[in-house]
Amino acid sequence: MQKQSDIRTPLILGDNITYKRISDDVIRPIIGKPPRLWYIVVTITGLMFAWGICCLAYTIGTGIGTWGSNNGVDWAWDITNFVWWIGIGHAGTLISAVLLLFRQKWRMGINRSAEAMTIFAVMCAAIFVVLHTGRPWLDYWLFPLPNQFGSLWPNFNSPLMWDVFAVSTYFTVSLVFWYLGLIPDFAMIRDRMVKPGWKKAYKILSFGWSGRVMDWNRFEEVSLVLAGLSTPLVFSVHSIVSMDFATSILPGWHTTIFPPYFVAGAIFSGFAMVLTLLLVMRKVFQLEHYITVKHIEYMNIVIILTGSMVGVAYLSELFISWYSGVEYEQYAFLNRATGPYMIAYYCMMTCNVVSPQLFWFKKIRTNLHFTFILSIVVNIGMWFERFVIIVPTLARTFIPATWNMYTPTFVDVGIFLGTIGMFFFFFLLFARYFPVIAQSELKTIVKYMVPGAGKNKSGQH
Amino acid sequence: MSKKTIHAIYGDDEVTLASVKKLVAAGIVIKEIFSPFPIHGIEPVIGVKKTRLATCAFLYGITGTLLGTLMMWYMMVHDWPTIVGGKPNFKYFYNVPAFIPITFECTVFCAAHGMALTFLLRSWLLPGVSPKNPDPRTTDDKFLVEIEADDKTADKAMKIMKESGAEEVKVC
Repeated sequence: MQKQSDIRTPLILGDNITYKRISDDVIRPIIGKPPRLWYIVVTITGLMFAWGICCLAYTIGTGIGTWGSNNGVDWAWDITNFVWWIGIGHAGTLISAVLLLFRQKWRMGINRSAEAMTIFAVMCAAIFVVLHTGRPWLDYWLFPLPNQFGSLWPNFNSPLMWDVFAVSTYFTVSLVFWYLGLIPDFAMIRDRMVKPGWKKAYKILSFGWSGRVMDWNRFEEVSLVLAGLSTPLVFSVHSIVSMDFATSILPGWHTTIFPPYFVAGAIFSGFAMVLTLLLVMRKVFQLEHYITVKHIEYMNIVIILTGSMVGVAYLSELFISWYSGVEYEQYAFLNRATGPYMIAYYCMMTCNVVSPQLFWFKKIRTNLHFTFILSIVVNIGMWFERFVIIVPTLARTFIPATWNMYTPTFVDVGIFLGTIGMFFFFFLLFARYFPVIAQSELKTIVKYMVPGAGKNKSGQH
Repeated sequence: MSKKTIHAIYGDDEVTLASVKKLVAAGIVIKEIFSPFPIHGIEPVIGVKKTRLATCAFLYGITGTLLGTLMMWYMMVHDWPTIVGGKPNFKYFYNVPAFIPITFECTVFCAAHGMALTFLLRSWLLPGVSPKNPDPRTTDDKFLVEIEADDKTADKAMKIMKESGAEEVKVC
């Protein structure tokens, strides 16, 4: 039986940790009435979501001309937002899958919420994919279905087609991984819930889970295999998304660094979003014992790592554009730094390169307020990164006569705000009705906690 | 001689494991164990074979690769080959580098969903199915060991259970 060393900070804090205590803490937000703040934020995000739906309806009803995209800049906020949301989603899968394979027990307090975040982020990304085709009612043409155009098939050589398969697979597999993990936790809620309507609901959601030996045996195997399948998905999906740009011929896009650069950037922004969500959730639901300062610190370390990778990618792009001697490539980067969108470029550089480096200091990475602010800064920086990759490049392509400026319309902004509203709206519903911590997993590490170990070492909140 | 069902409730996974080892050593057959989390090391003790779901996933994955390959071969090489970017399409292997992402995604899709569905069907976990755990505390913090014993062995079993740390022992 494994025992954790005395000098390690425990992953669950508290003097009297018992299995029952964990169940109590996880079920408390579901059984009790949510705080007033929950209702207020649900209303605000619900309204943002509703506004997004109105803008969406306007786009479909009137046409893609309601957006600011034009002949030169045909991808703008739509694809920026799509890549941003998909990138955010990758952190959840990394925490659930990759950290499981690396046997990092600290993932247990955070993986359920992180995986939920992935599901909602991919749903938001999918909205942009569906809409940006211009005639969304014909989106079924993307799938290889027999048809009456001589059976005209999609072009499987195209990264846009790879995207269709990659994002569909990623979404469905993440959904399955998340839901299967939820089954034993729903069973716990079902067995403790007293209100009859709610009990029935959780009975259906728990699929009749009983916790027999063979069920657990299969459950653990399925979790491991799904983790093993999801890990290459994390890397492949965002690499495929980066190929939408890298397989083109545009200067600034046609570069082999894109796949690793995008994957690192995705993990970077994803972890920042996980931090933004969890820092608030742990306070509101009083889960500080399970999502401890140590967890936050570990996530900040991942942020320094991936932020530094992104920074190195920026520098190598700049170097190679000069070293290549290709004047179009050189101009592409000169344009980013000194052209009409240079403010976006400097926002990106400050937020992504400078700010994560602050986490090298232990005082900063264990300070929760600072972490929260920096997590938002990182997300803003990553949005600007995707914008800087797409819009300045398209605004200034090979022939100056084709150059075009882009400004977003209220519809572009409205749909983006709508997806932000939708994301937080769904996350708040998840936090209210679903168990936000993988409590059955967490119970397996209770024995490792040596009471009182490391209390004077971890930064107290 | 009637068979009785006996339930023993424990509060700790190691205590449960030790108690089950003693029961098996005494020749008692364990019918089922309900726990809030998996008890590591219990399967060899009660003679439950490890699952073959991972092998299933592998087989589903191979099916996915084959289906994906077949789909792309049929559509892009056999039925309506088009020349894209000046690159010829006459043979499948000319296109393999470009087809790898989709082949990979088909593999993962079939492996993951095939295995998940097999798991749900084998464990009979579907919306609307009734749970089988006799005590609702087994999803919270208690472990329940269920045995079937005839009158002779029942007393011996109950004695072993009580001595090895069972919090409650009852006959159903």
